[in-house]
Formats: sequence, C-alpha cells, structure tokens
Amino acid sequence: MLIIDCPYCGPRPELEFAHGGQAHVVRPADPAAASDDDWLQYLYLRDNTRGVFAERWRHARGCGRFFNALRDTTTDQFLATYRAGEQPPAVPRDRP
Amino acid sequence: MPETLQRRPPPVEGRGWLEPLPAATRFSFRGGSGAIEALSRAYGVPLPTAACRAASAGPRAALRLGPDEYLLIAPAAEGASLAPMLATALGSLPHSLVEVSHRQVAFAVQGPYAEWLLQSGCPLDLDLGPFPIGMCTRSLFHKAEITLWRTGPTTFRVEAWRSFAGYVVELLADSALELPA
Repeated sequence: MLIIDCPYCGPRPELEFAHGGQAHVVRPADPAAASDDDWLQYLYLRDNTRGVFAERWRHARGCGRFFNALRDTTTDQFLATYRAGEQPPAVPRDRP
Repeated sequence: MPETLQRRPPPVEGRGWLEPLPAATRFSFRGGSGAIEALSRAYGVPLPTAACRAASAGPRAALRLGPDEYLLIAPAAEGASLAPMLATALGSLPHSLVEVSHRQVAFAVQGPYAEWLLQSGCPLDLDLGPFPIGMCTRSLFHKAEITLWRTGPTTFRVEAWRSFAGYVVELLADSALELPA
C-alpha cells in the first residue's frame, strides 16, 4: 500500500485518500469577460503528463482537507505534498 | 445503548475485549483560533492544537480530527445544558457547532489483543510509536468510517456511525475468532 504524507496529519495509508484531479487549475478572474476558449480550457482540458505531475488529493477519511501532491505518473511515487495555496516545491532532477 | 450491539452480541463479547460505551453527547465543532479559544474556556477542556490529538478533563473530551475540526464528547446527561452554553460562549465568532450525539455509537476495544483486532481492518499503523496514547483520528475499518482514539496502551475508543456499528462489531468479532481461547 502507498503511504501518502498528508500535510496536516503526517504519513497515512492511501486507502484514506481520494484523488482530486490536476492541481493549480485557475478559474478565470473575471468570469464574465472570459472567452469560450478560456472556459473550455478551465472546465475540460487537462494535462496528461508523463512524469512529475501536480495533483489535488483529499484526505477524505482523515482530516478531510484538500492538499496538493507531486506524483511521478510513471512510477506512482509521491515526491512531495504541500498545502493548498502553496507553490509546488522544486523536485531535484537527478532524483533516484 | 446501541440496538445493534444488543440485538446480535458477537460470540466472544463475554471475554471483555469489546465493551459498548454509554451514550454520550457529541458535537462537531469547526472554527478559527478565536472560536477555539472561546470554546476551550467554556467547555473546560483546552482544545488540542497538535494534529490528531485528544484532550480530556473529567468526563469531557475534545478530539482534534482536522486542522479546524473537533469532536466534543461529553456525558449524555449534559446534552441539554451544554448546547446553549457553548453557543452563548461562541457568540458571533464565526464557527459551526452541530450536535451529532445520535449519529454515532462508541465502544471500547481493549485487552492485549486490542491492537491486533483493530489492525485486522484498519490500515493505520497502531503500534505505540506511531499511534501513542492520546492520539485520535478518523480512519477506516474495512469499508466503514471510524473515529479511533487510543485511551491506553491496550484500550481504544472506537466511534462508528450507528448504521455501520453492526458492520464494524461483527467484523471485529469475526477476527476475534482467531484469538487464542
């Protein structure tokens, strides 16, 4: 079982977590002025990165909080977790 | 006393590893630091600020379930007086205080095999190191959500939603069949 490091509770088993899709998707600041393309981008289009990917996760069966995680989509390894609203930490390129 | 625990007692309950706990008054409280301070004073238990920790004073307890979320547990008899008293103390501070007394039931899992029994369905590491006395958290027991609070080296308080209590108890009883006689 994967151990995911909740920024609020510490290391916990993956069963307690729910995946929340791509992180850092920003809603148009002025919704009325956003074009159809902006909405398309915001609502539907998501990256499908091979490698390090920033995702939202929720500690659904624990503290209930959303947070962000950097996960390598090829190895399923969690490289870092950080609180919502924070910038993703730098990941060393020569990581194992 | 929860009906589910009375109606179909698990086969090994007599050994004492599972004890239904008396009915209690419960509140789900959420709020910022101002509301937490005000509630600590009124409730008489300083709400813990460390993650996943519980505090108690006399019969009252406060379990920190999330960064701004607490479960307050008090004797059932205090139910009628506690709600208005806490609401008055919180006043206009932004908060949420919801009575959830009858949402869940509590039972103690205890004895030398308590950890092993819970571990049969709970993915957390319940060793005394990572899960010391006084630690509490929401987690899963098989597929049901539980709130787990370690009150002693071999004593746990388990809170389960009442409609899931039978599920939790009978799966525990099933694991208990493996215990040495």
